[in-house]
Amino acid sequence: MMRFLLLFSRQGKIRLQKWFLPLGEREKKKIIRDMTTMVLARKPRTCNFLHWKDLKIVYKRYASLYFCCGLEEEDNELLALEVLHRYVELLDKYFGNVCELDIIFNFEKAYFILDEFLMGGEVQETSKQSIAKSIEASDMLQETMEEYMSKPAF
Amino acid sequence: MRELMVRAMYCEMLGYEADFVYIHAIKLAQQGTVLEKRVGISIFLKQNMYYLQDLQSTNLIEVCMALTVVSQIFPKDMIPAILPLVEEKLSHPKEIIRRKAVLALYKFYLIAPNQVQHIHGKFRKALCDKDPGVMMSSLHIYLQMIKENPASYKDLTGSFVTILRQVVGGKLPLDFNYHSVPAPWLQIQLLRILSLLGREDQSMSELMYDVLDESLRRAEMNHNITYAILYECVKAIYTIHPKAELLEKAARCIGNFVLSPKINLKYLGLKALTYVVQHDANLALQHQMTIIECLDHSDLIIKRETLELLFRITNAQNVTIIVEKMLGFLRLCNDDYTIIDLVGKVAELAEKYPFTIWFIQTMNVVFSLGGDLMQPDLPSNFLRLFADGSESEEQDRQLKLYAVDSYLAVLKGDCSHLPQRFLQVISWVLGEYSCLKEDVDQQEVIRLLKKLLEQRGVSSETRSWALSALTKLCKGPGYAELALELAESLSSSLDTVLRQQAHELCLLSQDSQLHARVLPHPAPSDNLEVDSSLSFLDGFVSDALAAGAAPYKPPHQRQEELSQQRALSLEPYGLSLPVTMSSCTLTDRQSPTFLSMSSDLSVLCVCSANTLMLEGVKRVWGKDGYIPQKEPSLTPAAVDEPSDVVQSPDQQGAAETSLPEPEPEPPQLDQEKQQLASSLFVGLGSQNSMSLLGKTEVAVPRFRRKARQHESASTSGTSESSSNSSHSSRSTTDSFLYGGLLEEEPATPIQNSYHTLNSTSENEGAATVSAKEDKQANSSQILGKSIVSQRNCSKSLPVAFPHSSDSMVLQLPSELQELPHSDVVSLTSDPHLSVSCCRVFREDALLLVLLLFNPTETALRDVAVELSCEEPLMLNTEEYGKLWLSISNDVKQNLKLLTGGGDPLRATLNALKDSLQLHIVDIIGSEGIVACHLLRGGPCLMHCRVHGASLAVWLRSPLPSLPDCLLYHCQRALQEH
Repeated sequence: MMRFLLLFSRQGKIRLQKWFLPLGEREKKKIIRDMTTMVLARKPRTCNFLHWKDLKIVYKRYASLYFCCGLEEEDNELLALEVLHRYVELLDKYFGNVCELDIIFNFEKAYFILDEFLMGGEVQETSKQSIAKSIEASDMLQETMEEYMSKPAF
Repeated sequence: MRELMVRAMYCEMLGYEADFVYIHAIKLAQQGTVLEKRVGISIFLKQNMYYLQDLQSTNLIEVCMALTVVSQIFPKDMIPAILPLVEEKLSHPKEIIRRKAVLALYKFYLIAPNQVQHIHGKFRKALCDKDPGVMMSSLHIYLQMIKENPASYKDLTGSFVTILRQVVGGKLPLDFNYHSVPAPWLQIQLLRILSLLGREDQSMSELMYDVLDESLRRAEMNHNITYAILYECVKAIYTIHPKAELLEKAARCIGNFVLSPKINLKYLGLKALTYVVQHDANLALQHQMTIIECLDHSDLIIKRETLELLFRITNAQNVTIIVEKMLGFLRLCNDDYTIIDLVGKVAELAEKYPFTIWFIQTMNVVFSLGGDLMQPDLPSNFLRLFADGSESEEQDRQLKLYAVDSYLAVLKGDCSHLPQRFLQVISWVLGEYSCLKEDVDQQEVIRLLKKLLEQRGVSSETRSWALSALTKLCKGPGYAELALELAESLSSSLDTVLRQQAHELCLLSQDSQLHARVLPHPAPSDNLEVDSSLSFLDGFVSDALAAGAAPYKPPHQRQEELSQQRALSLEPYGLSLPVTMSSCTLTDRQSPTFLSMSSDLSVLCVCSANTLMLEGVKRVWGKDGYIPQKEPSLTPAAVDEPSDVVQSPDQQGAAETSLPEPEPEPPQLDQEKQQLASSLFVGLGSQNSMSLLGKTEVAVPRFRRKARQHESASTSGTSESSSNSSHSSRSTTDSFLYGGLLEEEPATPIQNSYHTLNSTSENEGAATVSAKEDKQANSSQILGKSIVSQRNCSKSLPVAFPHSSDSMVLQLPSELQELPHSDVVSLTSDPHLSVSCCRVFREDALLLVLLLFNPTETALRDVAVELSCEEPLMLNTEEYGKLWLSISNDVKQNLKLLTGGGDPLRATLNALKDSLQLHIVDIIGSEGIVACHLLRGGPCLMHCRVHGASLAVWLRSPLPSLPDCLLYHCQRALQEH
């Protein structure tokens, strides 16, 4: 089971965080700090797996963003790498050539996509199409409601 | 509002506290439109809030969102509330909802496995769902359950294999493909499940050989995801019962991994090798060159993995070189967690092959590198090994000499940067073995140790190690001066341990005989015997006691007394609000009997402890206006018995008001007080019955009436008032017992006094009469008798409900039938007699009707009915201790001690045992432990201690009201005695 997923920039600024187990604020901060220092210190062309305490850390860099997740002992690292990749693909499909700014400004969408994709630390839906479909559906509902609400009421 | 929420969320993401927004977020989510819901939810996604309403919604997206929230971090105690809703969603027509529901249940399973036990059948249904997505999510649950208990899911192996075969064969919709690999997540999940099921089970393994082979064959595309599958395949193949052909293929696969230029694959290859070499060490040989390459890899992670692999293949020949490599890595590494792990491994390896100089060297490096991070048992293990030595004396001696030499060399250099643990080890070894070395001057060793002692930055623990080493070395008169000097310098130390040791050093160095006896050389290897009971101090203790010292009280006793004092101070707060007080006293720790007493007593507490006076208390005081009367009578009592100060208030109240205590108290006052108590009780009593027994509607009016009756009784007749009021309070208690306990134990008779109903039935001529009539005749007879006996008993014992026994007609006597009554419950039966029971609620009493049925032809001659709610619980002291700790409901009380001859404690407990059917577990000195349990109910443990003239009783039971009841009956039993 995946324990957490972090997105941070090359400068170590956190862009998105998702915790699949309850943790205290202090622990979270410690994990974020450790992850950024550890991952950012890695040289290019080294392997994408790390150890941190009893967790396995899998990270991957896409452009200026680092995607980093913590796994339990028995999880498959390569698979986690593919999970990260699939998430990037989903973001890319939704935003169309996704970049860091998209995630900064539309972070709630990024969270929704993540919620559709992963649930409770496990992959819930692998199909790109169906995730896109459900996100689209909820967006649509939201927009019509928005229009409806913003219409002058007379 | 929405805007603000989004901003707050952003603030929080940046790491600022924004807790104050949460409540607004929830509000927003509850009232708003879908968009607002989304905003609100995303805020408290991180929080432990939940979303009950939306689960019932008809809107698909709302349900989806609610399930997403549910599967997030979710508080354990909320699960029962939401479980049925989620369960219901398992049969939702939309597959996405089903899928989410299954995942939410998976989450619940992880949090609280026992709460979802009942829906295992539904998991199976989910596994067979027509939508592959739902099936896939159910696999998560199965993986978890199989991990815990593989044996009970063996029957599913076949279906898992079929699923995997279909997946591998590409039978799933294209939606599930990932880079043209069919459903890789599903495959990996299945492979894991299969490897768990097939472990050490040949028949199961045989089922899966084919499909594993096929997976291996299919996964030959050059993509990460296929490698992930291959890796899982290899692991599965090596986990299940081995098959040569498959093993060969898997080994080839591993070879591909290890030789791959891609670093991630190399890493995984090494991991797989590490896993595999446990089964087959030869595989490592095939790849030795690659392993050597990896060892010098620039990436630390790869190196680390390689070392892990090497650690697994260590043997006596290669241990030296492997340990050397590991130490080399340790020097480079700066991650605490890795260091701790590796140090442990090196030490484990080194300890496998000790008694060489290499061992000492290695351990020295380990200590200096691992420092204070390492596991605390490492140094002591090392010292134990070192002290135990080997078989050969000479080798042993050389080893120790070498150690001493090396440590002296270490100490001569700069040792300020060395870890404390290392210094401690050094001090011990030098203290113990430096005398083995003749050519080194002892003075030199002492000088070095002294230097260590005085060095800055050395922890006091290390200091005390060094000092004890010095103590060992300083023998003979030559060192007296040095010892004196040390003792002087340390006598002002802040650390008491150091001071004590310095003092010991000083004394021991003066007396060489004593030194030899205390610290024999060589140190005896057998364990010292420790007298844990400290019996050698008994003389000292008795001397001190004789000199007037206070006896030692164990902590729990002190705590108990403290809490009793605390209980005393609790009362006035409760009194400021009479209604809440009455309910709270009942719910937490007081016997309901003393409700009336405790209230007026609490006023007394206020009088004596005026620091606790509160506004609310004053008001009550003024309103009732009886305090001036009470005060004079109660204060002298408190003065009379100073030991009573720690008594709990209600006990005092009991002593004052209802029990005919041998206290110097004029009977006139007592009566007045009774009157006051009962007048106060009227109000409280009705309030109580309202608050407590509101559930049983029948009960409420009964209580009221009862109370009023007694009010009138107590006001009209002064001579009878005392007995009456105690009567009323008691009958209420008994009814309370019913109200409280019968809800838990519907079939258990609660009264625990002992009644014998003797009835003789004369049916000599019964042969002609039909059996039924005969019994009915019996019934009326018995009934008539028992009513008489009930009258008797209500005279002697003021118990409010009579006992009727009745032959089995499975219906109540006609006179009782109109009254509200419960169902007839069968209690027990055997071929000769069956007993049923029924409760009848009469206006002034609760009747417990026992129906005895005799199916045989013989006549009932003698019916002895013995009702008891407790029965002795047979325990020994140890079990008692365990049980005691596991139970939480506490009640503490002081009881009267029986003083008639012999040991008062034993006499009292025996009296209780006889009348209440308790089991006396043990009596130790002035303390006794007693146990009993309710028929078909929880246990009640009682801990008694003689405390002055009274018996301090401490009861615990899992049932909240049981201690109160028991306590009440104890009191009554003692009173009667």
